[in-house]
Amino acid sequence: MKVNLGVGAYRTEEGKPLVLNVVRRAEQMLVNDSSRVKEYLPITGLADFNKMSAKLIFGNDSPAIQEKRVTTVQCLSGTGSLRVGAEFLARHYQQRTIYIPQPTWGNHPKVFALSGLFVKTYRYYDPATRGLNFQGLVEDLSSAPSGAVVLLHACAHNPTGVDPTVEQWEQIRQLMRSKALLPFFDSAYQGFASGNLDADAQPVRLFAADGGELLAAQSYAKNMGLYGERVGALSIVCKTADVAAKVESQLKLVIRPMYSSPPIHGASIVATILKDSEMYNEWTIELKAMADRIISMRHQLFEALRERGTPGDWTHIVKQIGMFTFTGLNTEQVAFMTKEYHIYMTSDGRISMAGLSSKTVPLLADAIHAAVTHAN
Amino acid sequence: MERRVGVLARHLSSHSPSMASGNPSEMISPFPTAGSFGESVFAHVVQAPEDPILGVTVAYNKDPSPVKVNLGVGAYRTEEGKPLVLNVVRRAEQLLVNDRSRVKEYLPITGLADFNKLSAKLIFGSDSPALQENRVTTVQCLSGTGSLRVGAEFLAKHYHQHTIYIPLPTWGNHPKVFTIAGLSVKTYRYYDPATRGLNFQGLLEDLRSAPLGAIVLLHACAHNPTGVDPTLEQWEQIRQLMRSKALLPFFDSAYQGFASGSLDADAQSVRMFAADGGELLAAQSYAKNMGLYGERVGALSIVCKSANVAAKVESQLKLVIRPMYSNPPIHGASIVATILKDSGMYQEWTIELKAMADRIINMRHQLFDALRARGTPGDWSHILKQIGMFTFTGLNTEQVAFMTKEYHIYMTSDGRISMAGLSSRTVPHLADAIHAAVTRIK
Repeated sequence: MKVNLGVGAYRTEEGKPLVLNVVRRAEQMLVNDSSRVKEYLPITGLADFNKMSAKLIFGNDSPAIQEKRVTTVQCLSGTGSLRVGAEFLARHYQQRTIYIPQPTWGNHPKVFALSGLFVKTYRYYDPATRGLNFQGLVEDLSSAPSGAVVLLHACAHNPTGVDPTVEQWEQIRQLMRSKALLPFFDSAYQGFASGNLDADAQPVRLFAADGGELLAAQSYAKNMGLYGERVGALSIVCKTADVAAKVESQLKLVIRPMYSSPPIHGASIVATILKDSEMYNEWTIELKAMADRIISMRHQLFEALRERGTPGDWTHIVKQIGMFTFTGLNTEQVAFMTKEYHIYMTSDGRISMAGLSSKTVPLLADAIHAAVTHAN
Repeated sequence: MERRVGVLARHLSSHSPSMASGNPSEMISPFPTAGSFGESVFAHVVQAPEDPILGVTVAYNKDPSPVKVNLGVGAYRTEEGKPLVLNVVRRAEQLLVNDRSRVKEYLPITGLADFNKLSAKLIFGSDSPALQENRVTTVQCLSGTGSLRVGAEFLAKHYHQHTIYIPLPTWGNHPKVFTIAGLSVKTYRYYDPATRGLNFQGLLEDLRSAPLGAIVLLHACAHNPTGVDPTLEQWEQIRQLMRSKALLPFFDSAYQGFASGSLDADAQSVRMFAADGGELLAAQSYAKNMGLYGERVGALSIVCKSANVAAKVESQLKLVIRPMYSNPPIHGASIVATILKDSGMYQEWTIELKAMADRIINMRHQLFDALRARGTPGDWSHILKQIGMFTFTGLNTEQVAFMTKEYHIYMTSDGRISMAGLSSRTVPHLADAIHAAVTRIK
């Protein structure tokens, strides 16, 4: 019996990939509509998709949107949105340094470096508490040069699952605005983290509401299960509508020499769902079910470790949020678990809760127990 | 303070957008703040000009005239002037979407394996020795543009020569793709306005004087925008010259099957190079020949000297792709793979493809005949000789502007028209417009 806790893709209780019912429905509608064609999208992508994506992340009543201060362009999921945003900044923004949290998703530094930005880090994860090193974060952002770009995980930090509280977010916001640090949000788990789309967008909305500027990369890979369709959006909130329009025109000059225009299929599925209130509701229900299953796995694993009397404080398993748990296990312990218990996970101790099921929790708990009590 | 900041901002915006070279002692307020007061940090960003090719359709859409014709963008239109989704594509799509066992998991970074294998066979030929010897790496990319970009970024990182020679003229986006990827762009003579054909002498001279090892962009067939292709004999001469100077071929194959109606004929130039044991890059697009435009389906192949090198090259291609968009989109590639692997569907595709190519050739003949019927001055035989979606009419910018203004004909200012945008109904109107332009404007 082996368990794959490596990949960051949702799995059902049966350990299978999931295509949401509402996604299948939307896709059927699209493909059965013989009036639909496959013409090139505009460089900036599907207009409806862009409008609705902006509303999804910033809120329907966002003043920034109402004032037309936001440009949103369809990109290839989160990665593509980050890359297009970073290339735009490298070309048009005066500060070419981006601060990324320590640790962060393995691909982040490469995306930014290849775009032409210099990558520095800010303290984030505290191994002692398996929580946020808020003091370190504040110190590092305070000593960043004025105007530097700062990458922020909107929610469900990858790989740690450790998020600032709403109060901490407010402090981060004030600090960043006082130093003119430019926020670049990576929002890959909206709705997937807490089960609530609005709650998971709070940090982004906090910044968007203060009249300042920011970038936000959105992905529909996880929250709509559209992984391989590569659906995402980059939004840039600007001071004025005039600036937003000019910024959009320059974003096109980044996209056109990269791949000309984005793919229609996935974005059409998203637009179909977001614009239909009944499908939207169905989506929120299926989304919450995924989030709830993951939260349930967290509780099951925590309970299982408690039952086994596994030494150590494992509350971080239920405190961390989103798809991943940063167990705190070291590379030797991880290797042991793979060898003896066939548990597959990344060597930094990160496990994908989405890969767990009620059936496999006991095996994982046994493995963790053995690894932790096994002589180092 | 505000006024001084404004003056500074205007001063700086008239120079390079980057303030990184600014003299700190001149800075009144170092940077516009991203906070809730002060100017936008992007205040200096200038409005970019509209893409000249796509801008044509924008202008066309604004025109209320009932006789307007869009000959700008290179997308196929039916006799009724409508976009076309191939029957076989709709069928494949239905099969895929109705298959409830299908999921939407991430593809590998290099894309759909079947799609890659079948794409390589399509362009190099099923019996290509390079394929049989595993010397080819093929990675799924976002249509032609994406394939060119990934290939160019790979070359900028791993190839010793960073200069790429592109034909004059070429697709408007080519120089930008290569420049941003980190290559320097030079041109080689290609189109001869005097003959409206190939400037073969100039081409040979320019390639001969290129530095050893330079990269050379070659349009596999149906050169965009001119429609002028070398003959097979000329291709052979180009091949020999290039191999003698170790010039690295980078093919852009956007019209395989769409140019002549025959998939094999349109791949001859690429196969000629692949067959000589040498190395090359090839960017393939399914936008036109499968009508998959907006699905963004394409592939980059790199033919290497050995299987060992091909494997290493593939591993490095992943490092280009992953930080760009992680992995490619599944839908379009799945449609292509479904069609290519099923002999019945493949046959159906070749028939629909030939029908598109034939309609375009038919439009060429109709336009040529219409101009002849009007006694329009000049030699218009290039309309028949040029191949593929586009005709380089030879009309100048004034004549083009006149045709747009007086006849509501929309085309790019270089005189390029998309034959795919024509129909039996609109040919007479275009012929009238050309006739008027040529007789009234010199």
